[in-house]
Amino acid sequence: MKHTLVALVEDKPGVLNRVASLFRRRAFNIESLTVGRTHEPNVSRMTILVDTEQTAPHLVEANLSKLINVIDVRDVTHTPTVMRDLALIKVRAHAGELAEIKQLAEIFRGSIVDVASDSVIVEITGAEEKISGLIELLRPRGIIEMVRTGQVAMVRGHGHPSNGNGNGNGNPLIA
Amino acid sequence: MAMKTGAQIIWESLVKEGVEVVFGYPGGAILPAYDAMLDYPIHHVLTRHEQGAAHAADGYARASGKVGVAIATSGPGATNLVTGIATAMLDSSPIVCITGQVGTSVIGSDAFQEVDITGVTLPITKHNYLVTHVGDLAQTIREAFHIARTGRPGPVLIDIPKDVQNSKCEFVYPSDPMLYPRRPLPSRVPNATLEYAAELINQSERPVILAGHGVLISGAMQRLIEFADKTQIPVALTLLGLGVFPRQHPLCLGMMGMHGEAYANRAVQNADLLIAFGMRFDDRVTGNLKTYAKHAKKIHVEIDPAEISKNVHVDLPIQGDARAVLEQLIPLVTTKPRRAWHEQIREWRMETEARDILRQEESDTLVPAHVMHDLWQATEGQALIVSDVGQNQMWEAQYYRHDLPRGLVTSGGLGTMGFALPAAIGAKLARPDAEVWVVVGDGGFQMTMPELATMVQEHLKLNIAIINNGYLGMVRQWQQMFYERRYAATPILSPDFCKLAAAYGITALSVTQRDEVIPAVQAARAHPGPVLIDFRVEQEHCVYPMVPAGADLQAMIRRPVQAQ
Repeated sequence: MKHTLVALVEDKPGVLNRVASLFRRRAFNIESLTVGRTHEPNVSRMTILVDTEQTAPHLVEANLSKLINVIDVRDVTHTPTVMRDLALIKVRAHAGELAEIKQLAEIFRGSIVDVASDSVIVEITGAEEKISGLIELLRPRGIIEMVRTGQVAMVRGHGHPSNGNGNGNGNPLIA
Repeated sequence: MAMKTGAQIIWESLVKEGVEVVFGYPGGAILPAYDAMLDYPIHHVLTRHEQGAAHAADGYARASGKVGVAIATSGPGATNLVTGIATAMLDSSPIVCITGQVGTSVIGSDAFQEVDITGVTLPITKHNYLVTHVGDLAQTIREAFHIARTGRPGPVLIDIPKDVQNSKCEFVYPSDPMLYPRRPLPSRVPNATLEYAAELINQSERPVILAGHGVLISGAMQRLIEFADKTQIPVALTLLGLGVFPRQHPLCLGMMGMHGEAYANRAVQNADLLIAFGMRFDDRVTGNLKTYAKHAKKIHVEIDPAEISKNVHVDLPIQGDARAVLEQLIPLVTTKPRRAWHEQIREWRMETEARDILRQEESDTLVPAHVMHDLWQATEGQALIVSDVGQNQMWEAQYYRHDLPRGLVTSGGLGTMGFALPAAIGAKLARPDAEVWVVVGDGGFQMTMPELATMVQEHLKLNIAIINNGYLGMVRQWQQMFYERRYAATPILSPDFCKLAAAYGITALSVTQRDEVIPAVQAARAHPGPVLIDFRVEQEHCVYPMVPAGADLQAMIRRPVQAQ
């Protein structure tokens, strides 16, 4: 089982280090961690996937909330959420195979974003399972390299991490 | 508005925070701050090592409840603080450490005396700062004090490059403690939670209250007494909880855990309900987690959410301040006699007391437990004891019966040898009217004994009781019990402590017999200056009872019953 935590953090030097250091010293097992900007200038957002086989998600959430630079944390696992991951997959492909790969990618709403003489790069965005599905189909052709961004999450509708499930009193930074 | 240098802003801010005394050691990168210090009404205590400064700030904080302040230069000055900072972190003690740093233009160049101290202290501070602009300095200090003293207290470090100390800006002390306010704790526990807690408490037949340091920090001592009196539930204490509930109270079980009394541990193991206030189920308290209080439901009242269900699964977590929660709980709980439970505990207590070291015949040698008992008697239980780590600490915890909160300062979580003397210097400065006793072994004393000069320079009246057994006693005890008496590196040679004291101009006594203990303690109390007593105790006494590390709490190694 995986839990998804969304953390709003101050966009300051060393904040990622504090989060990473926390995970290391508490031996928290993290599946993925993405960091990016938000609509607020001084706030970054982290999406953290916790492997609950080895790590209690409530302890990750509680420890994160203790970091001074963490503005808010919320476990959105049981909240309707849009989850997205992006992958770039470089696959071996000769001229004759191009159309076939293009078709395959389109079924998954992916696309070919680069073509070379013996390979193509497929870009795909979506939920984790969808991306994994395409990867499995491409694997027999020979994956040369691949990169995934890790998941980002956003709660559907009105909910957002700072006015969430009753444990927050709202965040003055995010109106 | 007057322009101030960063160095001046440091002291302006400390004055605004109500700081009266700081502990430190000067050096190159902190020189501007030291130069400015002379113009401010803050007393600086020069320790003999920066570790001493951090411990003294910690002792000051624990004895008073106020924030302690330590100052050091960059590089080695800063790294010497590390053990003291970690000690404060593990025991939730509010200190602010200010370190000098090399100039911002050379940070990262391995400049002379440069160390990335915010990196080094990241996992052992509640928060830390590197201030790169003088305009941020006042806000940073304001935040640091706020963070150190609120919620679960802890150490905060502020690293200030030399050029920032020399730069100028307008000084305005911010009114808001935080630039970005944290999420406040809910001011009230939901009624449903309280009602469920009260139901568990009222229905229980064999409940035990576990009280720790959080009770002291939140100032919940009176409420805890009310709660225990009303419910008639016995109270077991953690090491740092000693004094939050009076030892002489009939419901007090004393200390629990590795060296807790057998009846306290038995009560915990046989309980059907544990109600924990401001403690964290440390491994020294629980022993083997798999067999810990198996039949008990657990209510955990704790301000730090990261402590809830960390070690022990909790049935009912209540995140909040111990005092606020107790105030809400007291009206909801009922009085219930639970005669069978109290009778059972009374039986266990009698069985334990029969084995007690105080019941045993005196031998030719000096029994360390007797020293501690007699120290308690002679000081009428009123002293502020600062104990070190090891056997001396455990005998103190067992035989100095603390009835008063803030009567004991000791390094619990980190177990830092050498803590006692410098911490006592801080404690005495925080509470000049208190009768302060250092209880320390011959090993730990030698770790920080240069601080004797600090004590003398500051004209502090401390009493120092060295429990001198010629061994690193607790390690020796483990070697005796678990390593076939192979005493690797535990015999320790000491100087003649009385002569050493004389070199510092300190009065000293040596005690080798039981009947000399109380007169020596009384002599020390009567003497206006500091007194050191070298108690030459039996060399191979062990601390009993003992739960071996990781063993079940009921698997205690008991005090041997001696033939009378």
